[in-house]
Amino acid sequence: MTQLALIIDLNVCVGCSACVTSCKEWNTSGSAGPMSDFNMYDQDPTGTFFNRVQTYEVGEYPNTETVHFPKSCLHCEEPPCVPVCPTGASYKRKQDGIVLVDYDKCIGCKYCSWACPYGAREIDEEQKVMKKCTLCVDRIYDMDLPEERRQPACVLACPTTARLFGDVHDPDSEVSIAIREQGGYQLQPEWGTNPANHYLPRRKVKSSVSKEDLTRVDNPLKDEHFNKPSDSDVTLEDSSWI
Amino acid sequence: MSKQNIEVKSTTCYMCACRCGINVTLEKGEIRYIEGNPNHPLNKGVICAKGSAGIMKQYSPGRVTQVLKRKEGTERGAGSFEVISWDTAFDILEERLGNIRATDPKKFAMFTGRDQMQALTGLFAKQFGTPNYAAHGGFCSVNMAAGMIYTIGGSFWEFGGPDLERAKLFIMIGTAEDHHSNPLKIELAHFKKNGGRFISINPVRTGYSAIADEWIPIRPGTDGALFMALNHVLIKEGLFDREFLIKYTNAAELINQDEDSDGFGLFARTTKDSREGCIDPQNKLWWDRNEYAAVPSSNRGADPYLFGEYKLDDGTAVKTAFQLLVDRLEEYTPEWASEITGISAEQIRNLAYEMGIMARDHKIELPISWTDVWGEEHDSVTGNPVAFHAMRGLAAHSNGYHAIRNMSILMTLLGTIDRPGGFRHKAPFPRPIPPCPKPPKGPEAVQPNTELDGMPLGFPASPDDLFVDDKGEPVRLDKAFSWEHPLSAHGLMHNAITNAWRGDPHKIDTLLLFMANMAWNSSMNTSKVREMLVDKDEEGEYKIPYIIVCDAFQSETTQFADIILPDTTYLERHDVMSMLDRPISEFDGPVDSVRIPVVPPTGDCKPFQEVLLELGTRLGLKAFVDEKGQRKYRDYPDFIINHETAPGSGIGFLAGWRGKAGEKSMKGEPNPNQWEMYANNDCVYQHKLPKSYQYMRNWNEGYLEWARHHGLTRYIEPIQIQIYSEIFQNFRLAAEGKRKGKQPPDHLRERVKNYFDPLPMYHEPLEVEMTNRREYPLSAITQRPMAMYHSWDSQNAWLRQIHAHNHLYLHPSVGDHNGFENGDWIWVESMHGKVRCICRFSEAVEPGTVWTWNAIGKASGTWGLGKKANESNKGFLLNHLIAEELPCKTREGTISNSDPVTGQAGWYDVRVKVYKAEEDEPKVTSPQFKTLPKYPGMMSRFKRPNGYKSGTGFFQALLKMAGK
Repeated sequence: MTQLALIIDLNVCVGCSACVTSCKEWNTSGSAGPMSDFNMYDQDPTGTFFNRVQTYEVGEYPNTETVHFPKSCLHCEEPPCVPVCPTGASYKRKQDGIVLVDYDKCIGCKYCSWACPYGAREIDEEQKVMKKCTLCVDRIYDMDLPEERRQPACVLACPTTARLFGDVHDPDSEVSIAIREQGGYQLQPEWGTNPANHYLPRRKVKSSVSKEDLTRVDNPLKDEHFNKPSDSDVTLEDSSWI
Repeated sequence: MSKQNIEVKSTTCYMCACRCGINVTLEKGEIRYIEGNPNHPLNKGVICAKGSAGIMKQYSPGRVTQVLKRKEGTERGAGSFEVISWDTAFDILEERLGNIRATDPKKFAMFTGRDQMQALTGLFAKQFGTPNYAAHGGFCSVNMAAGMIYTIGGSFWEFGGPDLERAKLFIMIGTAEDHHSNPLKIELAHFKKNGGRFISINPVRTGYSAIADEWIPIRPGTDGALFMALNHVLIKEGLFDREFLIKYTNAAELINQDEDSDGFGLFARTTKDSREGCIDPQNKLWWDRNEYAAVPSSNRGADPYLFGEYKLDDGTAVKTAFQLLVDRLEEYTPEWASEITGISAEQIRNLAYEMGIMARDHKIELPISWTDVWGEEHDSVTGNPVAFHAMRGLAAHSNGYHAIRNMSILMTLLGTIDRPGGFRHKAPFPRPIPPCPKPPKGPEAVQPNTELDGMPLGFPASPDDLFVDDKGEPVRLDKAFSWEHPLSAHGLMHNAITNAWRGDPHKIDTLLLFMANMAWNSSMNTSKVREMLVDKDEEGEYKIPYIIVCDAFQSETTQFADIILPDTTYLERHDVMSMLDRPISEFDGPVDSVRIPVVPPTGDCKPFQEVLLELGTRLGLKAFVDEKGQRKYRDYPDFIINHETAPGSGIGFLAGWRGKAGEKSMKGEPNPNQWEMYANNDCVYQHKLPKSYQYMRNWNEGYLEWARHHGLTRYIEPIQIQIYSEIFQNFRLAAEGKRKGKQPPDHLRERVKNYFDPLPMYHEPLEVEMTNRREYPLSAITQRPMAMYHSWDSQNAWLRQIHAHNHLYLHPSVGDHNGFENGDWIWVESMHGKVRCICRFSEAVEPGTVWTWNAIGKASGTWGLGKKANESNKGFLLNHLIAEELPCKTREGTISNSDPVTGQAGWYDVRVKVYKAEEDEPKVTSPQFKTLPKYPGMMSRFKRPNGYKSGTGFFQALLKMAGK
């Protein structure tokens, strides 16, 4: 059974927010939209985003890491938001594992957002329905698009290819290989939600040189002694006993 | 998505200066979405946060949509305007500018922002006859341009960059997130995925530094000291590329050391070469190891020493340039640099070892044959895989020129210039050191109704190229190319308003500002500059009599205009990223591109190019009229097709699809269908050079011949890297009175002598030198958020949800020491001013540094924002703390707070103290400015739905209603 998901590579994410606004522009005029904005040009502008980048610091100066952490619905395999929905508006698709909200059924009771341990759902204050990442379900199956463009908007936008998209149940998929080979992990697996989205951790490349490498026979400093007249005129010719 | 009423159009993004290819999908004429163009060589299909938010720029209520004239009887700055027609506006401007041109053309000053259409604006200024023209480079990154161009013949960003495809070690120094944007992100990710090691040297760990394998915090403005120590270690340990230095630099060439001779500090030469200005004659000497005698360095069979001092046959004492560098660096040890930079001596040594060993032991050899300009054939191209990148973090200091020169020397010692894995040029670079264009030579270059004699901007090669009067005083308004800042290749826009206000060196009549927010984030000393813009003389006349502002948005600067010309957005215009300007070339060859409108212009908006074309035609400037003085071009697209740099030159603004049928490139007759051909090819033209022309271009015969043939360069001569700068020595000799020709005024002799050191040097930033560091213990700098470009995007409803206000970030120990907590309101104060703002504690900042995001804070009511907008109530602008001038030490008055070599604004040099705001103080940032009213024609008046949806017709109607 297919389970589509995003794999986010924290090793290369620079926190540029390309995924944040490309998601918004695709979805606000798409089937999941509009995505409301309030106080657009005034105090405390706020609006619906399916994807946000959080930035935080780890460690103390000077051993500080600045981590950019993009977060959207994780399309859990055991989504706690689904069973709590009183109207059946929240559901998980069998064919591809995408968790969606049927706006026509949603009554905006917010149970699902309380149940979601990741804070991935956002109520749209204009439409009063719950909204979230759809993995651009209205894009990825659009046969009018060239095959390579049938991907979520955030994945296409990401300048650092920090976002991979694919079937995590297919062991040979790019995403499964990345999870396997690069230590992909789930957020808070102890909650039993089995999120489909995974994150790839930071991987540090250490310096590979050592001081021993300084000593070399071909050190160019040696070239500077070549053929220089000696300070002393005395040679073996002057002192040889043979 | 319903496929009805859908169309897709290609153009070029302009949400920042990166210029990615984009495809814009329209639904019933409204923008459905904007995505990266997968066929575009620059961004290869990706797009950034700004690019994706282009919709919100198009429909922003901050847009100015009508031609506006300051209302009769109202004061400048009050923001009270009335709508006039373009015809009226052109009549006003034609009369005013015509009078100036007929009397004293320099009284018209024209400064532009990040427009990247300098080939057109510069042409207009030159033909008008005014030297008072520059774009924003003087406060952006002229140190980076000049520091590298005067050393290696190219520089970072548009003209060159790190080859991350092949590098194994990448070092980024200082903030550089906005130049280049997407291409650097793409390459950085590939580099890391391929196992490359990334070191970031920066006082702050944000942006790209976040994903560095190692972060080395450094004190601001001390980068030059670090480079000197790194170079010291590389030489001590023999970790330099000897062969590269000998063949491709002036390191082994001999320099006259006889202090009593006329030629002291100049190269010993075999002959005199009369070709001066942009050529480095190959008539110098080496000391040959086999002959043990001086030989011409053009004798490529010789085998010279790199080190040493010798005596020529005539008894002249000489040293190699490299020996002088070695002598210079002797005392600049890691221990010395450690005290200045805050980086331990051990870490500096390890860094040098890592660079040097990586360069030496991981050589790249590409099986690409090429021939050098001396005729030697090479079977392969070699590279040392250590790459660097830097931009304004290094540049925006008044010691930035020499810091960048030191960095260029470091890159050269490692043998990484235009080689795989190192630094690579992009066309039209490399260019001669320095490039050929020269500024005018004196006041006589400016004459009524006459084209300027010289280029408004250029690259002086000797003191005689300076633009000064017979007393050695500046001619230009901004004092560029004067003894105060001799190599100010980009001008000093940051001093234009202050100088015009004071009338020093001269008064002006009309100031035209295009897309430059000089009443806000593009000026230092912002509060005072705003006062200057409205200040009057004793007769009650404005000291700057007339101000024209062209902008698409209600910037802080529009408030001070006498006339506002509404520009279009990037989606509504034709535009070119031209080889004559700053194209988007790739390492493997020239690339240029165009914008083609995807939506119609809004209201009365008119592209600035069309404005210049109309004004140029009305004023009879020869580029825009025929022999009879009649209009030559229908419009800007027509001009772009048919304009040639000289009649019949075959070189125009666009390099692609030239020739009558589009069969030629780079050079060829005008092609009437050139725009269509760009439109059919993703709006971009890419010329891939043969592999053998892609490397070692300073010395690559094939490439240089090709470049000569296609008009990119004038000479097929080697562009030797200048370890030792004879150009600088000539300035120094002039300052010492030992050189004939132009002489500095006496009070500047010491300054010129000091800073025109032919060898790389280190000095403190000028402002730091004169600050009491006990009173102002902290450095204050800005960084660039990737989701917001300067002042371009606060009118953008989506981007301002990411950055609506800024904080002052500082290390917790600074709070502890000064008695405030994370999130408190604090004052940050410099010698020049103070700002109240909110602080945030951070462990990702060097404890002697405080920083904030650049240009998030806005003046109240500007950019279409409401009075309560966070930008003006919680956001702040650091520029209020930074001075555009410093006291002149050697005579009464002031001198620009700029690099003494290039005039680069030293706006990362300010020192501050911080303290807690009183509890009873208002919880808003200070200073505050009176709320700017909305202008006639602005869309702010209309109520909008909460949220955007294309295809409803509402937003298109909104634009149509604008100004009605």
